[in-house]
Amino acid sequence: MQSTPDEIGRRLRERDRSAAPAALNLIEDRTPRGREATARLLAEVSPAALGGEAPAHLIGVTGPPGAGKSSLLSALVSVWRERGRTVAVLAVDPSSKRSGGALLGDRARIEHDPRDDGVLIRSTAAGGRLGGLAAATREAAEALAAAFDLVVVETVGVGQSETDVEEVCDTVVVVVQPQSGDVLQFLKAGIMEVPDVLVVTKADLGAPADRARRDLQQAVGAVGAGRVPVLAVSSLPPGSGVEELADAVDAHRAALDADQRRPRSRRMSALRELTAEHGERALRALGGRREAERLLAGQDPRTGTAELVALLERSIEA
Amino acid sequence: MRTYAGHSSARESNELYRRNLAKGQTGLSVAFDLPTQTGYDPDHELARGEVGKVGVSIAHKGDMHALLDGIPLDEMNTSMTINATAAWLLALYMTVAEENGVDRRALQGTTQNDIIKEFLSRGTYAFPPEPSMRLIADMIAFTVDEVPKWNPINICSYHLQEAGATPVQEIAYALSTAVAVLDRVRPRVPEETFPRVFGRLSFFVNAGIRFVEEHAKLRAMGLLWEELGRERYGVEDPKLLRFRYGVQVNSLGLTEAQPENNIIRIVLEALAVTMGRDARARALQLPAWNEALGLPRPWDQQWSLRIQQILAFETDLLDYPDIFEGSKVMDGLVDELIEGARAEMAVVAERGGAVEAVPYMKTQLVESHRERVRRIEAGELKVVGQNVYTEHEPSPLQEGEDGGIMRVDAAVERSAIEAVGEWREGRDAAAADRALEELRAAAADEETNIMPATLAAARAGLTTGEWAAALRDVFGEYRAPTGVSDAAAAESDEELDDLRERVERVSESLGRRIKILVGKPGLDGHSNGAEQIAVRARDAGMDVVYEGIRLTPARIARTAVDEGVHVVGLSILSGSHAELIPTVLEELREAGADVPVVVGGIIPKADEEALLAAGVARVYTPKDFQVSRIMGDIVELVAQHHGAAAAA
Repeated sequence: MQSTPDEIGRRLRERDRSAAPAALNLIEDRTPRGREATARLLAEVSPAALGGEAPAHLIGVTGPPGAGKSSLLSALVSVWRERGRTVAVLAVDPSSKRSGGALLGDRARIEHDPRDDGVLIRSTAAGGRLGGLAAATREAAEALAAAFDLVVVETVGVGQSETDVEEVCDTVVVVVQPQSGDVLQFLKAGIMEVPDVLVVTKADLGAPADRARRDLQQAVGAVGAGRVPVLAVSSLPPGSGVEELADAVDAHRAALDADQRRPRSRRMSALRELTAEHGERALRALGGRREAERLLAGQDPRTGTAELVALLERSIEA
Repeated sequence: MRTYAGHSSARESNELYRRNLAKGQTGLSVAFDLPTQTGYDPDHELARGEVGKVGVSIAHKGDMHALLDGIPLDEMNTSMTINATAAWLLALYMTVAEENGVDRRALQGTTQNDIIKEFLSRGTYAFPPEPSMRLIADMIAFTVDEVPKWNPINICSYHLQEAGATPVQEIAYALSTAVAVLDRVRPRVPEETFPRVFGRLSFFVNAGIRFVEEHAKLRAMGLLWEELGRERYGVEDPKLLRFRYGVQVNSLGLTEAQPENNIIRIVLEALAVTMGRDARARALQLPAWNEALGLPRPWDQQWSLRIQQILAFETDLLDYPDIFEGSKVMDGLVDELIEGARAEMAVVAERGGAVEAVPYMKTQLVESHRERVRRIEAGELKVVGQNVYTEHEPSPLQEGEDGGIMRVDAAVERSAIEAVGEWREGRDAAAADRALEELRAAAADEETNIMPATLAAARAGLTTGEWAAALRDVFGEYRAPTGVSDAAAAESDEELDDLRERVERVSESLGRRIKILVGKPGLDGHSNGAEQIAVRARDAGMDVVYEGIRLTPARIARTAVDEGVHVVGLSILSGSHAELIPTVLEELREAGADVPVVVGGIIPKADEEALLAAGVARVYTPKDFQVSRIMGDIVELVAQHHGAAAAA
């Protein structure tokens, strides 16, 4: 039963979960044929088609390897499900091997009930793609946002993410373990942008986790972001702090003006994708970055990213 | 002298034991089924297809009574291959003894109880590393005085070799495990008791076909063990310092092709552990010639028992003192192994000891195994009948109606499910609840020894699944590292380059990279095969979703759909393929997944045909040792199935 891209998009808009895997298969297809199908699919779930910004909460979860992201996400997913919310997780694996192949999901197994339709886990490799990953992840998040209450983009790394998925997300959560001093240094030195929520895992260790939490709270205070919540969680049974984390993530979303933030992030994505595709020369052809930004700002705020990119490309040709 | 045995119900296994004892076997070696080993009752979803398969199903003390019916426990030496749930099975054994009026002090035997190698190789763990180590420590601290003739732990280097360990790795990782265990027990027993604890530790060792080096390995282990006892733990009594070990000879090297040759391999491997008196095995267990084909029958096991009897009673093997004393060659080999093992033990120690170093050791084993597989594929390592001298006459041994293997009746599972339900109905519910509460409380308190509460639970008629579930609640679930992520990328060679190119071509035609799901349905934890496939698929350029062991069919289907894979590869070695694989296919169909499924494992010919008829695209068995060829096959399958224009 092959569905057309438009149908898949429509089904997502109607919150039909079973359309999601097919949508993701299309989006990952970076051939011209696949790009064309993706554009049609995304048009069906664009803010214009939805009559406003997708109601889903887009959450970025990032942190160094071994910080305990998967265990934390397993615990978070079950809290969210208890609260009756549906969740899609896009796990971006950093592996980039000479062969182009990658082992996915090995470190990042998120436990969930396979019979529960309210959860979807999808993993992709960052390296060796047949095309840009950032674009594919952004598109996947946009598509899933039509059908799920929460869309989580899980990436590995700290600060300088290779995927720039943060700009797509409403809320960015950085996860660290108590022993990692790097994050503290990055924050202090301003190498790393201050996230929306900071999480220290392995709270079951007691004192070290508590100390790490206080150090981080102090560091964000020192760079003028004292309001950013820093939480200590433990994913080991009986578990602690996970409910509070879910609350903190919700609170951030509640305080956020999505109608403002999302159009802006779509414009940023469009510019980045344009330069990724055509290089800096494309920007010069548009009269420079400022001019291009002005052009985008003049568009209907509900215009989808793909359409914005197409518009820029048309302007270059004109 | 004994053979590893047990299957289906407790009653049937009991009959088998009695027959074997009558034939001159001098002890029992109990094989449990996977649900019993991993702490699930027969009616649990994960137990499906596994009940009574690789061993006997023991769900409560009633089953244990049936298993041991008419066997004099005060005279018997009983070896139990049980690990994650060892404390529980020992408690059941003790309860049966108690209820039959046998003093627990008279009980003799061994519980395998080595959890590290479960994380590294065998996969039948139940709890995370820390609480697992605590259970082991509790058992040792309890038995050293209460069941003084019991060997509470039998540290296994056996499974490490099966997972690909070199002799040096085998020595180093087994001894590092012993150190981790001893360090954990030390604070839990009075100081004067500790040397006896050291003396109770025994080992379960593998012997491979390179039998001269293997003999050297055992001498090396003995010397290192004594050194460890003296230097690290201050043990002085030479009796307590003796390296006590039992052996099961290698299964990894047994072939599916021309399986009758395995009997020769087994004899030579048996020599490795008996040749020199200074390093002679305390107990020897030989596999059956047809293990690579399926479950051995009683006749196959009898053949293996006869090998031992001929070695012991017909040859002059036991007539001499140590025949290698003063041998320069042997001493040189031993020194080399000791040196290598010391260096590798230092690496493990640097990483915080065996528990902390599990991911490191696992990765090392995956790499060693890959090297072994590569050498066989390249013909550098010769295996007669498999990659050399492959032409052969039809074997009369495999002509019987059963195809030369044993089959477990599917009715066993059904009746076990009914029986455990009836058992729960029939017991004193209030007493069971009380025992469960006490067990939880004991588990939650690190200072309390878990054994008394476990014994009380056994007496109160709790089930294996209930005992383990209570502990899982307190300790949490765990998933062992697979070692595949950190396995280094393969060296480039012509064959691999060619494969990569085909993967690229088909991927381009598909629009996205070929994505494969590699999974192990059911409770079988032997993940070496699946890991090799996963690593090779990655090296060939595929995106690989590897979710490790213990997956339900529903989970596999959900992952296949949500991850958008092009092909599913399943590995199964426990003999439960006939039930589990069709269930996976059904779940996939229900989930609307249109993907080909390939299956690898110990799968008898007749079952292979049934699986293909049920809709499996390809079946691979141990005779398909060329992983590259399997990969090429899979690429072609994906291309055909998904109509990729570029034929592979």
